[in-house]
Amino acid sequence: MSDASLNTQDFSNDASFGDFFALLKPRVMSLVVFTAFVGLLVAPTSVHPVVGFASILFIAIGGGASGALNMWWEADVDAVMKRTQGRPIPSGKVTPGEAKAFGITLAAMAVVMLGLAANLAAAGILAFTIFFYVVVYTMGLKRVTPQNIVIGGAAGAFPPMIGWAVATGGVSIESVLMFSIIFMWTPPHFWALALFMNDDYTKAGIPMLPVVRGRRSTRNHILVYTLLLAPVAIGAAFTSIGGPVYLTAAVALNLWFIAGAVNIWRRDEDAAIADKYRAERKFFRVSLLYLFLHFGALLAEGVLRSFGIGGW
Amino acid sequence: MAIAKEHEMHKRRFNRNMGVGLTLLAFVALVYGLTVAKMQTGDMMEANDHSPRVSVTPAEPTE
Repeated sequence: MSDASLNTQDFSNDASFGDFFALLKPRVMSLVVFTAFVGLLVAPTSVHPVVGFASILFIAIGGGASGALNMWWEADVDAVMKRTQGRPIPSGKVTPGEAKAFGITLAAMAVVMLGLAANLAAAGILAFTIFFYVVVYTMGLKRVTPQNIVIGGAAGAFPPMIGWAVATGGVSIESVLMFSIIFMWTPPHFWALALFMNDDYTKAGIPMLPVVRGRRSTRNHILVYTLLLAPVAIGAAFTSIGGPVYLTAAVALNLWFIAGAVNIWRRDEDAAIADKYRAERKFFRVSLLYLFLHFGALLAEGVLRSFGIGGW
Repeated sequence: MAIAKEHEMHKRRFNRNMGVGLTLLAFVALVYGLTVAKMQTGDMMEANDHSPRVSVTPAEPTE
């Protein structure tokens, strides 16, 4: 081997620390952290702050690990879609093998550490969440059924339930309701996105609802899920985690969300194309606020309760 | 092309190694903190492994 041959390798695409961090889908992780934190804080029992912090961190790492495994499996699709072309694997910075090893290692570490830091129930739900998101959703159903978002939504809905389990060591109606809010919210949120990002999904061959059933059917689905979401979200107000603050917020937010869904339902394609999907884009933005404010209101109730003034 | 002592690649790798190093350090600190917190709250540190020993046998009832 000559000296010259040493420098023939191209290192211009070497991954940086940030590329590995990007594999964890930081934006999704922030939602996981927030909802898990709320789940932990509104629980009737408290944990040591260090235990709480570590538990949230391991839940976030577990969520991030499933994101990395999702990117490993979806690399071919990500390379086709405009929204995902810049991700570390399609851009050639991280190899699929590296992402897979990274994801599996972090997932195992997160589950074991959560079990040690908190309890086996929380670790068990985290393990199930990772399995559900990676194997059931990403590998199994995402490319098979137009109801993929409904199934995928379940994986994203588990974090508050895990947070609750960290504090209480189990599952109860309150944590099931927090799960249900995110589970029912996910389909209208993503279908609104799919309405104006349809071309990307068509190109990638993912059977999103607008691709398979058409946009009319998607608009109907958005309305139905939004109507079904309202009683679940408002119902949580009458459990031990609810109170007047949450009830007021939930009623106002659900009326706002339903009004948006009705607006989308009444529009036809011509109107949507004419204003470049303005209503759909607005509904998507409102949906983000909707979820954030619901959990924010639950958090507010929890904090008020700790001062003896929240709740019923 | 002049031979540069510090190639851009070296800088990137240094940053990556530094990131991994700091992450591991933070992990060690976290596990240490967790241990202290668990001992402070008096959590059970030993579970029953089916071999009798003083620390897991019930206390004798006092008269």
